[in-house]
Amino acid sequence: MSMKILTVDDSRTMRDMLRLALTGAGFEVVQAVDGKDGLDVLEREDPQLVITDINMPKMDGFGFIEGARRIDRFRVVPILVLTTESDPEKKQRARSAGATGWIVKPFDPVKLVDVIRRVAA
Amino acid sequence: MDPMQAIKDTFFQECEEQLGELETGLQAMEDGTADDETVNAVFRAVHSIKGGAGAFKLDRLVKFAHVFETTLDRIRNGQLQPAVPVMKSMLRAADVLADLVTFSRDGGALDDSRSNEVIAELSAHCEAKPAAQEEPAEEPDGNPFAALGWEPVAVSLEPVLNQYEIVFKPKPELYAKGNETTRLMRELARLGSLTVHCETADVPLLANLEPEQSYLSWRATLLSEQDLAAVQAVFEFVDGDCHLDIEAVESAAETAPEPETKAAIEEPKAVAEELRAAAPALREAAKAEAAGTANAAQNTIRVDLDRVDRLINLVGELVINQAMLTQRVLEAGAVKNASIATGLDDLEHLTREIQESVMAIRAQPVRPLFQRMARIVREVADATGKNVRLKTEGEGAEVDRTVIERLADPLTHMIRNAVDHGLERPEARTAAGKPAQGEVRLSAAHKSGRVVIEIADDGRGIDRPRVKSIAIKKGLIAPDAQLTDTEIDNLLFLPGFSTAETVSAISGRGVGMDVVKRSIQALGGRISITSRPGLGSTFSMSLPLTLAVLDGMVVKVADQTLVVPLNSILETMKPKGGEVYGLGPDSQVIGIRGGFTPLIDVGYELGFRSHRSDPMTGVTLLIETEGGVRSALMVDAIQDQRQVVIKSLEANYGHVEGIAAATILGDGRIALILDTDAIVNASCGRGTPSEMLLAG
Repeated sequence: MSMKILTVDDSRTMRDMLRLALTGAGFEVVQAVDGKDGLDVLEREDPQLVITDINMPKMDGFGFIEGARRIDRFRVVPILVLTTESDPEKKQRARSAGATGWIVKPFDPVKLVDVIRRVAA
Repeated sequence: MDPMQAIKDTFFQECEEQLGELETGLQAMEDGTADDETVNAVFRAVHSIKGGAGAFKLDRLVKFAHVFETTLDRIRNGQLQPAVPVMKSMLRAADVLADLVTFSRDGGALDDSRSNEVIAELSAHCEAKPAAQEEPAEEPDGNPFAALGWEPVAVSLEPVLNQYEIVFKPKPELYAKGNETTRLMRELARLGSLTVHCETADVPLLANLEPEQSYLSWRATLLSEQDLAAVQAVFEFVDGDCHLDIEAVESAAETAPEPETKAAIEEPKAVAEELRAAAPALREAAKAEAAGTANAAQNTIRVDLDRVDRLINLVGELVINQAMLTQRVLEAGAVKNASIATGLDDLEHLTREIQESVMAIRAQPVRPLFQRMARIVREVADATGKNVRLKTEGEGAEVDRTVIERLADPLTHMIRNAVDHGLERPEARTAAGKPAQGEVRLSAAHKSGRVVIEIADDGRGIDRPRVKSIAIKKGLIAPDAQLTDTEIDNLLFLPGFSTAETVSAISGRGVGMDVVKRSIQALGGRISITSRPGLGSTFSMSLPLTLAVLDGMVVKVADQTLVVPLNSILETMKPKGGEVYGLGPDSQVIGIRGGFTPLIDVGYELGFRSHRSDPMTGVTLLIETEGGVRSALMVDAIQDQRQVVIKSLEANYGHVEGIAAATILGDGRIALILDTDAIVNASCGRGTPSEMLLAG
């Protein structure tokens, strides 16, 4: 069975792009529209990897990652943050929240899959 | 469609939404009603546009959005105060951003000078070097995987192999973030040939083993053509979560990895697996719930408008069929059977409900339309040197999408007018004892099955003597015409009327209020104006919620069945003898509560009859036209009052004067829907003086 990936992003454009790139690479994709929704979908769908945006309404990416890490079975699931900033401070904050790594937007589908391979089987 | 193109379409749709958010947020910030979340939302809007634009390589958009975002970030962090000049620049920036989005979508010419100007302004506020000179889209140092891309590098025939000695000891935090040593080692192995040794000396006895602790460390030797940075990049995600020491050994001899150490990789892996097995939270546990539940991002779907319209058409047919069925059952006398009667009732109820639900699909809030008006106000205010604030209310009111689309032009025009003609300059306002800042209020509300949109200004009001004198000068009314205030106000809607003595660049676009009025009428709406001298004017538009159905009165005229739109009917009455007076050979009036109203014989007017019928034998419908003129329409009988599905006559046959559209009745017959305004206008050539000239 293909790996199930959850993408959390408030931008429909970004969600669509991720879906296109990920399904093209043979992954199964489930989506959520913000951090709060992300936690719901996470529990329901049990993804093996998560890609989340940082700037989102209701609950941002940091809050989402912290929330996810508090759920027992998601403590070690790889979580990648999407960021347009190369801002080291932001990456650091994401990591302290529990992020496994990051993907810099705009992403190239090939590199995206590369990063996923780096953190997940 | 090409999937990328589809995503691009989505992106531009989303841009529109984001620009709307941006506009609303900036307005709130300017008004001082913004909280932290507002500022965040504004930031997010620009950020999202930038993110998407980057994906599509829309460089100019990215460049501008980046500067904008940087400034917003300063405000968000409290480094920059959103004072008046800053907010002015922000609002200008929002306009430029909107232009750039349009340009990116539609192409065409774009003047860079304005965006460069705003970039300079924003950068000045940030007191930093123009951030635009950075290349945000590239983020060369930010893309950690650039080095991992398998692009061809300059290779000499004899590859130079670098040797790296790597010592790696993970901290528990590394695992807590979902990273794993095996994967890191696998990545390293991709860079060249790798030998790994796992240190297991620190692993305690099982009894003392803390499942969350990290006991293992690794030593690895890598032979690779890659430079040090590429090796370091492998550990980028775990920086700080491990003890890491990478040492580059001076160019090593070409030694192949020793085969027996390869097995060493397997051993630590096994240990690691054991440790993992001991830990309580394991991913194996995660398989419990199977997939299959709907997912939240799909709360909305996008559907082609054509499909919705087809659905609406089909539902229209369903309504007609249901009505026909009811009528047939009635005719067959089967309605005495209680279960058939109940079944019919249920069917009617369901049909109505389906119809309403389908109509709701096309309904959209007027918010985006209102948001666009803020920019118009700003631009006109800037160009005319006025200080104006736009207040919007009821943006959540939903109207048919087509109505919203077709409302944009007339609304824009009215907003321009309100600022340009309605409001005074700040000095004049102050002199009149009003606040220097003028206000334009744009509101929407649902009222009895229609939506009422009002544009109100607190300006000088309509200068009636001047309007009248212009109308006389332009030959629109007779010099000695006696007009009420309302009639004078309505002169604004006459073709060829323009109060501005000099045609300004803003309002004078060759589009007058007459065009506005016609557009509104074409939507089945009506527009009216009220004005108080010195206090302001209000334009009020009443529009149908949908263009697909109409509440109508079914009437009989000379053996024809016609439908009169219910919203134009004020009352119905049966004339008594002595109430109808002849007025010359060709027209009649009816006395209603002391006043006289022109009486129009619909059958005669439409040519169904060659001579007038006796008013006493029929029924009259007192109607009011869009211009507020009252007339009495005479018909033979009233048959029914019902909702009818509108079928365009233009699309299927051609335009007929006096007829707005057609519909199909329950008995399957086609009935024409009257265009009451056109009938009154055609007939009132013999009516009031203003109407006469309008028709001429």
